[in-house]
Amino acid sequence: MIVVVLICAVLLASAATLAVVRAEKGPSMLDRTIALDVFTTTLVGTIALEAAWSRRTETIPILVVLSLVGFVGSVTIARFASVEPEGEGRIKTREEIAAEEAERLAAEEGEQEKAVDPEHGAEHEPDALHEVEEAAAPEVDGTTGPEEARS
Amino acid sequence: MSWTLVADVVAAIFLLCGAFLAFAAGVGVVRFPDLLARMHAATKPQVLGLILVLIALGLRLRSWSAVGMLVLVVIFQLMTSPVAAHMVGRAGYRTGKVRPDLLVLDDLTADQEAADREKDVADREAAARAEDAEGDGGTRRG
Repeated sequence: MIVVVLICAVLLASAATLAVVRAEKGPSMLDRTIALDVFTTTLVGTIALEAAWSRRTETIPILVVLSLVGFVGSVTIARFASVEPEGEGRIKTREEIAAEEAERLAAEEGEQEKAVDPEHGAEHEPDALHEVEEAAAPEVDGTTGPEEARS
Repeated sequence: MSWTLVADVVAAIFLLCGAFLAFAAGVGVVRFPDLLARMHAATKPQVLGLILVLIALGLRLRSWSAVGMLVLVVIFQLMTSPVAAHMVGRAGYRTGKVRPDLLVLDDLTADQEAADREKDVADREAAARAEDAEGDGGTRRG
């Protein structure tokens, strides 16, 4: 029995590794979903293998839970996360992240200056201040909106 | 040669088959070229491999309460994996992740185009009818 269990463990471990490789490469979110489905099934197989080896029954409820959780995960991704913007299916490099961060900081500073200037200049004209604030509000939405959507 | 030994040997064979199916799915998921082919490879351990491994587990445990739970797992998997595969495949088709050059037969695109054409014709007829009705009303009022 121990030989069979060892062979099965090696096969399952390599299956899980290959699934993780596809989840890392996967050009789209759906490929990752499938890879994680395979990973979940491999996990179920591993737990069943361990239970069969040591003849224990406590771990069987985990199998029930895993078979349901995998379903919920893949359906959720297929329903809500399958449409992704162009170029979002890859991991960014450090330089790109740094450039985006710098851009965001510069934009925030620019907005702060814009927001501060009218306050100093318009102390005697409260109506003008409100107008400027209302004009600046859509800009704030426009800059933060897409980033929130991406995350 | 007792009954338990036979059960153990059969369980070992089933475990090996199930683990091999999982390994084949891993290889297929990494090597196959597009979404539908990867789904095809990934389905093997999800149903047949799972059933084999759980039969092996049932043969090793030999208790009816455990077998009941295992049957429950198989039923859940049989109910949920077609739904998940359908949703993944539909989302993949609609977001253009299916490569048409790898398909032998593409019924869905043909049917979709036929349905679109029919809808266009129906829309145009409805618009023409609405215009006619408006024209009639105008003449009557005039």
